[in-house]
Amino acid sequence: MPAHSRTLLTVICEASLEKKLVADLEQLGSPGWTITDARGSGHHGARNADWGTEGNIRVEIICARELAERIVVHLQERYYDNYAMVCYLSQVEVLRPERF
Amino acid sequence: MALDPVVLFFVFGLLAGLLKSELKLPPALYETLSIMLLLAIGLHGGVELAEQASAQLLGQAGLVLVLGVVLPLIAFVLLRGLRFDRINAAAVAAHYGSVSAGTFAVVVAFMASSGIDYESYMPLFVAILEIPAILVGIMLAKGISRDTNWKELGREIFLGKSIMLLLGGLVIGAIAGKENIKPLEPLYTSMFKPVLAFFLLEMGLIASGQLGALKQFGLRLLSFALLMPLLGALIGALLARFMGLSLGGTAMLATLAASASYIAVPAALRLALPEANPSLSLTASLGITFPFNILIGIPLYLALAEQLIAWGF
Repeated sequence: MPAHSRTLLTVICEASLEKKLVADLEQLGSPGWTITDARGSGHHGARNADWGTEGNIRVEIICARELAERIVVHLQERYYDNYAMVCYLSQVEVLRPERF
Repeated sequence: MALDPVVLFFVFGLLAGLLKSELKLPPALYETLSIMLLLAIGLHGGVELAEQASAQLLGQAGLVLVLGVVLPLIAFVLLRGLRFDRINAAAVAAHYGSVSAGTFAVVVAFMASSGIDYESYMPLFVAILEIPAILVGIMLAKGISRDTNWKELGREIFLGKSIMLLLGGLVIGAIAGKENIKPLEPLYTSMFKPVLAFFLLEMGLIASGQLGALKQFGLRLLSFALLMPLLGALIGALLARFMGLSLGGTAMLATLAASASYIAVPAALRLALPEANPSLSLTASLGITFPFNILIGIPLYLALAEQLIAWGF
């Protein structure tokens, strides 16, 4: 199986940011993303999604390392100060490299 | 006076939540119930509005808009007096200048079971009161600054869920008229209270969660969240008397002025005013003011309206 390595960028943040985030990803040229509802606990306390503004989402983007880093810098500048947000990068292997 | 059974559902939810029960309604159900309530309120208002639209209503709507600007200003002064910082005071003030449609649904049910008539175009005032406080709150926090994305904010405010549903219902009701709406009538007659009961059960569960956060903010927030509805109710009732509303209408406008938003405003402010602490506002409006209005406030505001009328205001 010929596998190709790409970067998986995972962003966990407040659900209220979803629209803004999608607009940012489109603008930065991300090839695609997957968003799921999430809940958990961390620096900002328990976020158990009982209430609209207390929900979290998890955004996953598979792309080239360079783009992933650009997205992370952008998110950090824009949202880290005032919003609950965690980003992390990991290496993944994909089958159809032209898609990412 | 005995508590209305729908209010008992709220108390039940509150207790279940405080006891850390496993009871939890699916989030989609809460969404569904609130959509049904808002549409029902809008439809009912629209049907009646078509029957009794008048030029006088336009003037009244203008006065209600002014109320929506004045209330957050008063709340802001009060909060600053309690030594809240400017940004957070402005954010909480925006919540208290706006209204809670859930509280409005309860006062509708309360009036129906007390057999008190009210001006049927009240839902229009709910929609009008939702908007100005958000703008006033943002201006209080930042001035008319350039880094606010007004276009995006405008969309968030004017096309928000509750306003769309209320206005949509109003327009459909007004176009359809009393005869054609008959098959849908149960929405705001026999179905209204059962839906409200489930809705309040969920609200009780949510409010209990917010109450837990109260310890963090202490007496200053508690005193504001109890004082502001009383002050708002007084101002709302006086305005209603000035506008010449009926007894029921006076109590309702007082209730609207006393209520604080927990849906439209938090969503808009999280984006427009991210520096503000969102749980400060939610704890106050959802954890304290909403239960206070449901359990004690509404009968109190009706008594206030009766008293003002007896005094000849």
